[in-house]
This record gives sequence, C-alpha cells and structure tokens, in this order.
Amino acid sequence: MNFNFYKTHSPVKSILLAGVFLLAMTAEASAQTIPSVQLKDLTGSTVDTGTLENDGNPIVICFWATWCSPCKRELNNYMDYYADWQEETGVKIIAVSIDDTRSTKRVAPYFMSSGWEFEILLDPSGDFKRAMGVNNVPHTFVYNGEGELVWSHNNYAEGDEEELYEELLKLVE
Amino acid sequence: MNKSIATIALVSICVFFSGISSAQTSTDPAPGIVSGNVSILFQSYQEDSLIGAVVPDSKSGFNAFSNINYNQGNFSAGFRYESYLNSVLGFPGRFKGSGLGYRYARWVDNEKGVDITIGNFYEQFGSGIILRSYEARNLGLDNALDGFRIILTPIKPLKVKMLYGKQRLDFDSELINGDGIIRGIDAELSINELIPTFTDSKLKITPTYSFVSRFQEGGNIVKDTLILELPQNVGAWDYGVTMQYEMWKFGVSRTKKINDPSADNGYIYKEGEALMYFLTGNIKDVSFLLQRSTTDNMSFRSDRDLLLFDAPINNIPTITKTHTYNLAATLYPYATVINGESSFRGELYYNLKRGSTLGGKYGTKMNLVFATSYSLDTTNFGREEGRPDLVYGYQRNSWGFGDSLNVQDISFEIERKFSKKFKAKAMYMNLQFNTLATPVTTDFKGIVFADIFVLETQIKTAKRQSLRTEFQVLFTEQDKGDWATVVAEYTWSPHWFASVIDQYNFGNPDEAKRVHYLYGSAGYINGSHRLSLGYGKRREGIFCVGGVCRAVPASSGLEMTFTSSF
Repeated sequence: MNFNFYKTHSPVKSILLAGVFLLAMTAEASAQTIPSVQLKDLTGSTVDTGTLENDGNPIVICFWATWCSPCKRELNNYMDYYADWQEETGVKIIAVSIDDTRSTKRVAPYFMSSGWEFEILLDPSGDFKRAMGVNNVPHTFVYNGEGELVWSHNNYAEGDEEELYEELLKLVE
Repeated sequence: MNKSIATIALVSICVFFSGISSAQTSTDPAPGIVSGNVSILFQSYQEDSLIGAVVPDSKSGFNAFSNINYNQGNFSAGFRYESYLNSVLGFPGRFKGSGLGYRYARWVDNEKGVDITIGNFYEQFGSGIILRSYEARNLGLDNALDGFRIILTPIKPLKVKMLYGKQRLDFDSELINGDGIIRGIDAELSINELIPTFTDSKLKITPTYSFVSRFQEGGNIVKDTLILELPQNVGAWDYGVTMQYEMWKFGVSRTKKINDPSADNGYIYKEGEALMYFLTGNIKDVSFLLQRSTTDNMSFRSDRDLLLFDAPINNIPTITKTHTYNLAATLYPYATVINGESSFRGELYYNLKRGSTLGGKYGTKMNLVFATSYSLDTTNFGREEGRPDLVYGYQRNSWGFGDSLNVQDISFEIERKFSKKFKAKAMYMNLQFNTLATPVTTDFKGIVFADIFVLETQIKTAKRQSLRTEFQVLFTEQDKGDWATVVAEYTWSPHWFASVIDQYNFGNPDEAKRVHYLYGSAGYINGSHRLSLGYGKRREGIFCVGGVCRAVPASSGLEMTFTSSF
C-alpha cells in the first residue's frame, strides 16, 4: 500500500498551542457554563444549548444512547422520581442522545414508548459531547439556577439517583 | 527551531496584548473557560498459547489523549495531545509517538449567523452518505478534516456550510493527513421559516442539498490491454427532504457520485448511487421505525488507493441494531458492504402501561427489531468489445434486493421492573450472518445460523448496592459452534464497582478450543473521574464500524483505564 503523506507544519502547531495556553493563563477563574452548540430536538426545532435555562432552577444534562444499557437504566430510574424532584427542586432534565447516524432514527420511537418526560436533544455528530468533554456515556451534569456547573458523574449504578437528589436539594436549600 | 521560538514569542505577545485590549474596551467581557478531558489506556501482555495471545516487543501498550478547550464568548480554541507508546494491540500499529493530533480555533457569532473554524474539525452532511468526518477513539478511527470551515446563516431559514481540507490518516508524533483535498458545501432550508404562512405549522419541511468533491492527482492504470485514466476530481452530491409532523417523521435522500475507480471497487469506472428513506411515528401506544436503503458503489475516500479504516470521506450507516449484549454484539457484528447492498429495517416499540394487568406495577417495555441486507440486484458485464466488465464491472437492474443474503437479524426484548428491588430483561435473537459479506471469521465461509438467548437481572441488595447478572447463550452449528457468557457486576453507588465476565466456547467442534475467556475488573468513580483495573483473557475478534472491520488479536494480561473530564 502506498501512502502519500502530507505532514502538517510544526510552526502552526506551536502557534495554536502557545495561543491557547496564553489565553488560558489570562482567563479569569470562572465556573463552567453550558457551551453553545446548535442541536435539534425531536420535533426538528433547533436548540442553542448555550441558551438552555430553567427559570432559575437547576438543570440536569444526561448524555445517553439507545445502545447504552446503563444510560437507559439511569433515565428510567430518574423518571420514577422525576415528578417529586420537580416539585421539590424545580429541576429540568435534558437527555442528550449521542446516537450517531446508524442509530439516531431509533431515538424518537424509543422515546415515545419510554414514558420519559424529559427534553430530548440529538447530538449525532458529537459536537456537544466534545464541547462538554464527555469521554463515554452515561455522563451526567448538574447546573445550578445561574447556569453554573456544580456536579458531574461519569457512570451510572443503582443508587446514584440518591446522590443526584442530594445534590439537587443542596441547590434549593 | 529558532524560527519556531520566535513565532511562539510573537504570537504570545499578540495574544497578551489582544487580551489587554479586549479588557480595556469591553465593559463586561465574557469570562474565559478552560475545559477538557483525559483518557488513558494501559495494557500489559502475557503469552497464552491456548487462545493465541502473544506478547509484543514492547511488552505493554499505552494509548492516551487529552483534549484542552478554551472558550471566551464567541471565541474558542483547543487541541488534543495524543500518545501511542506503543499503541495497544488492535489499534493501527503505525500510530506512534506523542504530539498534537487535533488543533483548532473557532469564532461563532450566532446573531450575525457566522461560524468560522480553522484547523481540525468534525463535520457531517445529512446522513453522512457523502461526508462524515468523526472519531471513534476506542476503535482507532479518526478522519477529522484539517482546513477551513465556514457556516453561514445569511437568512434565518437557510444554513450553508462550506469547507476545504485534508483528512487525518495517521499519527506519527504529529498529525498526518491523507493525500486528497476535500471540498464541500451543504445547504439546509427551512420552508417553515421561509414562508410566513407556514411559520406556525406543525408540519415542518426541510429540503437539503450537499456537494462534496475530492481532488487527488491522477495518472493511468492498466487493465488487460486497456490504459485507463484516473479521474482527478471526483464529485458526489446528495439531495433530499425531511418532513416532520409532531412526532411523525419522513425523510428521503438521493445520492450520486461520479466514477471513482478505487481499491475498494476494483478500479471500475461505474458511477455510485444511493437511495434512502425512512418513516418514524406512533399509532396509539406502538411506536415504530421503518427504514429502507440501497447503496451502490458509494465507497468514497481521500485516497483512492486506501482500504478499511483509512481516510473514509463518507459513512454508510449499518442497517442492523447496535447490540449491547456480549454474544450478540461481538461474535457476528455486521458491517455495511460498502461496494453495495440493499437493506431494510423495521422496529416496533410497545410499553404495557404501569398499573395495568399485563404491565404490572411499574410497566413492561417490549421491542422487536427486524433488519436485513442483501446484495444488489445486478448483472455483470461480459467480455465484450471495449471490455465493459473491466471498465464498468456490472450494471444495477433495480433498487431492489439481489440474490445473496448478507445478514438477517431479528431480535425481541422485554423488560420489566417487578419491585423496588428487582428488575429483569430478556432477549431472543435469531441471526443469519453471511461471513463472506462481512468476513468476521476465517473458520467458516457461508451463512451462520444462530439463536441467542439472554436473561439479565438486577437485584438491589442493600442501600446503594446492587448485583446485576447476565446469562447469555448462543447456539449454532456453524463456525465455532456454541457459546455462553456469564456476567456478574456488583456496584456500590456512587464510587465502586467490580465485575466478572466469562465467555465460554463450549460447543467448539475442536475440543481443544473449548476455552474460557475469563476477565475480571474493578473500578472507582469520583464525579467525572473514573479508574478501572482489569485482568484476564480477551478473545480475538473483529471491531466493525461504518462498513469497515478491523481484526483485534487475542490478548491476556492486565489493563488499566482512566478517564476524566474537567
């Protein structure tokens, strides 16, 4: 096999690296907020994730996929408590599907039969996943009423919903 | 070297002063945010002649990467630092060294409808049939583009993406791009936002159009007595429409690609074509997906001479379901036949409601999936004058199914929560798998007929503790015969887990190969940080993604993974 490689020029690499480090050094320390990425919801409407808000109440963002069993267990279990959590904390759960072009069409029919009442966003290209630094799913993020990241968890095991609930209660105390 | 240092110093000064300038002129500058992630995979190897595991010269493998992103208002920039010291078994062995594998800067102004990226980026046009650059890092697949991308929204209903770049092919202490140049444009129009009377309509109509072209130096090829010229510019286009009414959605797309002789298609000059359509919706409590697709000669790469995982420009989605259970997912994973296939998928979902007689206290979920793929309906050209058999290969007679089955995958799942402490899930799968279409095994050539049964249970054993088990069995008279897998996983929420998996080839016709592949792992999770250690045997297998498969050799030994987000 013949490879005809094109090599990138190292000065470009150095410039970008230096630029990013310097910007990072000069940045003011601040809480992480939800990055802005344009996603579609299940009705086909475009949603800018940077504008997600919940009237000053907490937002939970769960990354999941139709092929991810622990993700579905997590969201099914959250659904069991969702009405109570909403009443007590005003929380809104947004479930972001990272199903790619192979399985993204499954999301709508799966959702319709799931009984979930969460907002669903589709991230088939993984743009939002990359912007949020997600390595693998499930990955759950909690934002306070000011839109600042206060908790995240990269896994789901039975009982994690109790930890999440405690985090939500801290936000409304 | 001195030139590089001077360049860095110059850029540093510019960036520093631009920061001061921005702080002086802006009354309320947006805060800068640094975010990113880290992933480390370490494997050490032991020899195991029983399963064919060998020890590489370096005795261990180490793959790691870290993404660092900086975001301030409309501006973002970042890079990914990667290490392959040496790459773990199963990854492309030519991934070597440490260095930057991805770097970008982006400026987005949503109000003015401008989004500019320089450096590396991932992009997908429509379904990805003519352009999809993406990453599947755990499989070693990354075909990021490297160049310029501009996304414009000149009027609210219209979004146009334009890009120019080369594609990532390899890594040797730095990013190495493939040979071809990729140019593309994609337009999406919202009829609802264009025509005022449609603005509030529940029916949403969105036509799309994409065009992608590859430039690669040409030359001649010789076939028998024919001297043929290779096309330097290969264009592909795709147009379609999606229509959505509440949760009902229909989409259709038609794709064409001009002749693109390549290693994939045996250097024939036939044009590529595809027709895809789907419908999703629900009737009362039953929701469904119907999907039909015919793709003909649609392999499209940055370099016509490359194969397998190397530099694919597009991605033809696989028709079968992405299975999650070990035996269903790893023994016979179907991959799209990229030279052409005709396929269908139908899925039904039904939820027996909570509190109903059949549904029980918590409800019961059911799911039926039928997916099949056949060869194309074609006629091969004969050895006539002009040798159309060598030049064009074949002609497609219809969009329908050909005679040869590639795969038929039928699976039924039922899931029920019985009490606060106990839930269970069962799956039956019937599989017909042509190992000539997707060569996942060298032991058998033809159609494997398999039945797979799975029972998964989960018991809450104490507060924040649970035991999950899987019992799986696969029966087949072909290939390596019957298999069984047992999984036991214990979790202590929110921090700890331990699991054991045993995959046992109990029905192998060769008694010496009736081997247990036992693997144990344990891990600790703290927020977005996750560490796991594993030890045991991994059987040789095939990883497939987007129509291509890669062989992963058997291995035995210790594995450590660490992932973190910040």
